[in-house]
Amino acid sequence: MQSRAVWPLLALAVILIVDGIISPNFYDIRIVEGRLFGNLIDILYRAVPTALVALGMAVVIGTKGIDLSVGSIAAISGAIIAWRIQAGDPHGLVLVWALAAAAVCGAWNGALVAGLGIQPIIATLILMVSGRGIGMMVNLFYGGTDPSFQSAFLQGLSTGSVLYVPTRLFVFTGLFLLLWVLIRRTALGLFVEATGGNAAASNIAGVNARLIAFVAYVICGLMAGWAGVILTADTHTSDPVSVALYIELDAILAVVIGGGSLAGGRIYLGMTVIGALVIQTLTTSILISGLPPEYNLIIKALVVLFVLVLQSDKARQGIAAALWRRVRQ
Amino acid sequence: MQKETPQSAVTMRGIRKAFPGVQALDDVDFDLGASEIHALLGENGAGKSTLIKVLTGALARDGGEIALQGQPVEFASTGEAQAAGISTVYQEVNLIPAMSVLQNLTLGKTGGRFGVISWRRARAQAQEKLDRLGLKVDLDRALGSHSVAVQQMVAIARALDAETRVLVLDEPTASLDAQETSALFEVMRSLKERGISIVFITHFLDQVYEISDRLTVLRNGRKVGSGRTAETGRQELIAMMIGRELGEVEAAFAGERRAAEGEPVLTARNVGRKRLLQPFDLELRAGEAVGLSGLLGSGRTEMTKLLFGAIRPDSGTLEMRGKGRVGASPGASLEAGMALCPEDRKAEGLVGELSVRENIVLSMQAKRGWLNRVSRAEQEKIADEMIRALAIATPDAEKPVRQLSGGNQQKVVLARALASQPRILLLDEPTRGIDVGAHAEILVLIRKLCAEGLALLVASSEIDEVVSSSDRVVVLRDRRKIGEISGGEITRDNIVTMIAGNDG
Amino acid sequence: MTFHKLFAASLSCALMSSAALAADYTIGFSQVGSEGDWRPAFSKNMQDEAGKYGVDLKFANAQGKQEEQLRAVRAFIAQGVDAIIIAPVVVTGWEDVLEEAKDAEIPVFLVDRDVDVDDKSLYVTRISADFNLEGKLAGAWLAAESLGNCKIVEMQGTTGSAPAIERKSGFEAVIDQFPAMEIVATQSGDFTTEGGKKVMEAFIKSTNNLDGICAAFAHNDNMQLGAIQAMKEAGLKPGKDVLMVSVDYVPAIVDAMKAGDANASVELRSAVAEFIYPVITDYLESPKDLDKWIVIPSDLHKAE
Repeated sequence: MQSRAVWPLLALAVILIVDGIISPNFYDIRIVEGRLFGNLIDILYRAVPTALVALGMAVVIGTKGIDLSVGSIAAISGAIIAWRIQAGDPHGLVLVWALAAAAVCGAWNGALVAGLGIQPIIATLILMVSGRGIGMMVNLFYGGTDPSFQSAFLQGLSTGSVLYVPTRLFVFTGLFLLLWVLIRRTALGLFVEATGGNAAASNIAGVNARLIAFVAYVICGLMAGWAGVILTADTHTSDPVSVALYIELDAILAVVIGGGSLAGGRIYLGMTVIGALVIQTLTTSILISGLPPEYNLIIKALVVLFVLVLQSDKARQGIAAALWRRVRQ
Repeated sequence: MQKETPQSAVTMRGIRKAFPGVQALDDVDFDLGASEIHALLGENGAGKSTLIKVLTGALARDGGEIALQGQPVEFASTGEAQAAGISTVYQEVNLIPAMSVLQNLTLGKTGGRFGVISWRRARAQAQEKLDRLGLKVDLDRALGSHSVAVQQMVAIARALDAETRVLVLDEPTASLDAQETSALFEVMRSLKERGISIVFITHFLDQVYEISDRLTVLRNGRKVGSGRTAETGRQELIAMMIGRELGEVEAAFAGERRAAEGEPVLTARNVGRKRLLQPFDLELRAGEAVGLSGLLGSGRTEMTKLLFGAIRPDSGTLEMRGKGRVGASPGASLEAGMALCPEDRKAEGLVGELSVRENIVLSMQAKRGWLNRVSRAEQEKIADEMIRALAIATPDAEKPVRQLSGGNQQKVVLARALASQPRILLLDEPTRGIDVGAHAEILVLIRKLCAEGLALLVASSEIDEVVSSSDRVVVLRDRRKIGEISGGEITRDNIVTMIAGNDG
Repeated sequence: MTFHKLFAASLSCALMSSAALAADYTIGFSQVGSEGDWRPAFSKNMQDEAGKYGVDLKFANAQGKQEEQLRAVRAFIAQGVDAIIIAPVVVTGWEDVLEEAKDAEIPVFLVDRDVDVDDKSLYVTRISADFNLEGKLAGAWLAAESLGNCKIVEMQGTTGSAPAIERKSGFEAVIDQFPAMEIVATQSGDFTTEGGKKVMEAFIKSTNNLDGICAAFAHNDNMQLGAIQAMKEAGLKPGKDVLMVSVDYVPAIVDAMKAGDANASVELRSAVAEFIYPVITDYLESPKDLDKWIVIPSDLHKAE
């Protein structure tokens, strides 16, 4: 456990130190408008949607699956929010609708993968491609030209703060603990890891591997739905075309940086959150660095490559050996 | 068994090949005569495939010599072996169903200049290949639209060229019906007449007698015999394939066979599934060990899986004492008190990345349901108990199970089944591929479990193991249960006679 | 728009095109696709207004594919239309089909985006808004408002896209004339509200609460709307502490301007038929050489 956690944490530390050098007041935290305010808070704040999606992704990847449709699910849940608020539902109920829609999306993916046996990458590609269109269609239900809304409750969840701390950090902590209990304090985690490690053997051992895979996709859908709620309430506008765009890639990356393997068989919830923080710290750092935006993606790719190389035992040994040779010469 | 055929096509001497933990081939000799069809026989894991792969250059051997028509050869790749005249057709047809017959015959063989395919030349060559086998097939139709037999023949046509001296057919008849098989045999005979030697791997004894001139039997990586097919009796052949001298431990058990006195705990009536196993009746009683004997492909594994619900039966009913009807799924069977240790540890037995502890508690956890988690402390306690009770050699319970040796992995599978506290335990090849020491320990354990009132069904490819450890033996042949013997009737000769059938 | 309205609109389109059988000119229009808000509005405006100018418009949506567009243009040529309007998907690959139109003596007009051909005689003219001019208008307004003394943060559109490049260079061309005007931070917000909000949050941190910043320029209104949210959450007063200028003039920015959160927006017109059809009909009546680019004027709207 310790050795696995070292490298992503080291990468996070390195990025933060570099930030401190580039921008001396990077670590400043003040209180503005009744809440904590500063780059470090921003990183936590902005990492929430990616981290939520990544946690769901970690469970699906644990079953040896993958869910490409998380961005589309977030878009659908956002569109549902705008629609139901326009329709005049109480805002608590609107939240339930949005999450229910996300769970249905997850169940659809689960049915394709576990029920029909379609390869996960293909099965979830279907919703990935069509989901944003579904979101736009939902927007048409009430006119579609101005899908913005006002909701003290939902915006409070996303952008509000309680005791100086952004509310979404409480929402995230609550969901993380809930998921952790579900995975580690019931046998679900063991079953997911067994299914991902060897579905046939798990089946013979009495685990209903198909049901477990199905449940994993529903969990992933729900987490993506929460991300959609946070993101949509943030801008109080439903924007199915661009909300959470490419979030599936960041989420997969977060899982991998956190030590998860796409071959399945292991879930690391805590490390996945660290992975999401690495990605968001990087994104925020690039934004405040003042570098021309043309370099954003290249820098991100290079740093991610660096983190993954750090994580690879083989690469580390290779580099260490090369350095050692040079030192001795 | 005598030496013969002065001018042999292939001579292999003292071939050795080891994989981590297993001696796959141990000092094996193999002689393939000119213009002969030579059957290569043995149970799963006997070393047939390894021997063929060594011959065709797919695997490097650890020791021994290979000579082709008297000349020593050294193949670094299958390509070199093919160039020297050795062609192979594998069990799974390695062709592309969506492509035309012509494309399949041409793929990967396009020696055109600059890699450009001349379709006119390719067509002529493909036609020539089919003509060589006397096949009349439309070159432009998709391969997948033809029957499996035709696909098989196309695969052979593809493998053959003018220089082919030796053709290896790995289980070519596994998915063919009787008519298709005889068509294939026609082709094989005509190839033989043209001077091509054929190595024919199969587990259908009837086919061995129908087509082969000579045969070689492997068991556990060793050659146990070879000779002219016509001079080898059916019973002798079966004994070679699945016979084994009794070890000390087994010999000790053979004396204490008990009569069936326990209460029936599992009753199967007319349970079966089309193409896998004909409907059978079976009763398992508490405190009784039932052996399941038969050749490879006779339906041993299928019977254990049908009883466990891992394969859903399409006929019959399974009843468990006090539980009513069972067998809908592995989960349901487990809950009712059954457990299965499957034959293929790697594919169906263990989750390699998970720890020994996690593998051991998996079934008991599945039985308790996902909400009622076995606490970590309890998991560790159970794992430690099992590691001690079964003498599993592992530094600690947290080691990933894939890092254990074969015998210890087998014990983990057994531990997992036992941790679920079953009343009925189904063991499929519990001693496959493990060393002698572990083998004896597992047999001791089986006996002990039985004494504690467990109902046991043990499927095994080793006749002597069945003879020594069973109170009752069920015999299978050609996917059918052909009888049960018990008490003093359980002898090696009796079982061999039953497996061989009346005509043997 | 409800489905009813949509249906009614498409029905009226259908009626109009059949009524226009007696029109003076038949014109083929190959549109890129229907992405975003602006383009469908543009297409609808072209279809709705055709009757007024005596035009029977044959509309073909290429769904974002050039081969589809080439096919549509060839179909127009085969039908012998009087003129062809193309809103090109990409700038390259047009020589052949434009040659074919020229051989058939059908004049081609480009709208929106440009094409890259050596022989400029292959098309009559391009009629479009000038992204560069939009940037210049925003810059000029800001120069006037700040009396030529202003530190600016900029939210760019999608990196490498034509509107982002042109609006930036137009804006810079103006402010470069004023020594005290300077862009102190620039980032891409990908033309989205979410992106604008994230970028503005980072600006707020890196400039110590926009200390000394006098204006925010966004390449579109959506990003500006996100920036307004970010500033409010940081306790700043957009529109008062900082001048807010952007491009597009969408309904939401109009509301923001009324509320005093935004100061100015340059209109990107979707109702451009009134600028396009007269050029074409005049040309068809009396062909003459036109400038290779006719700019549709852009207007800057200010908050009261």
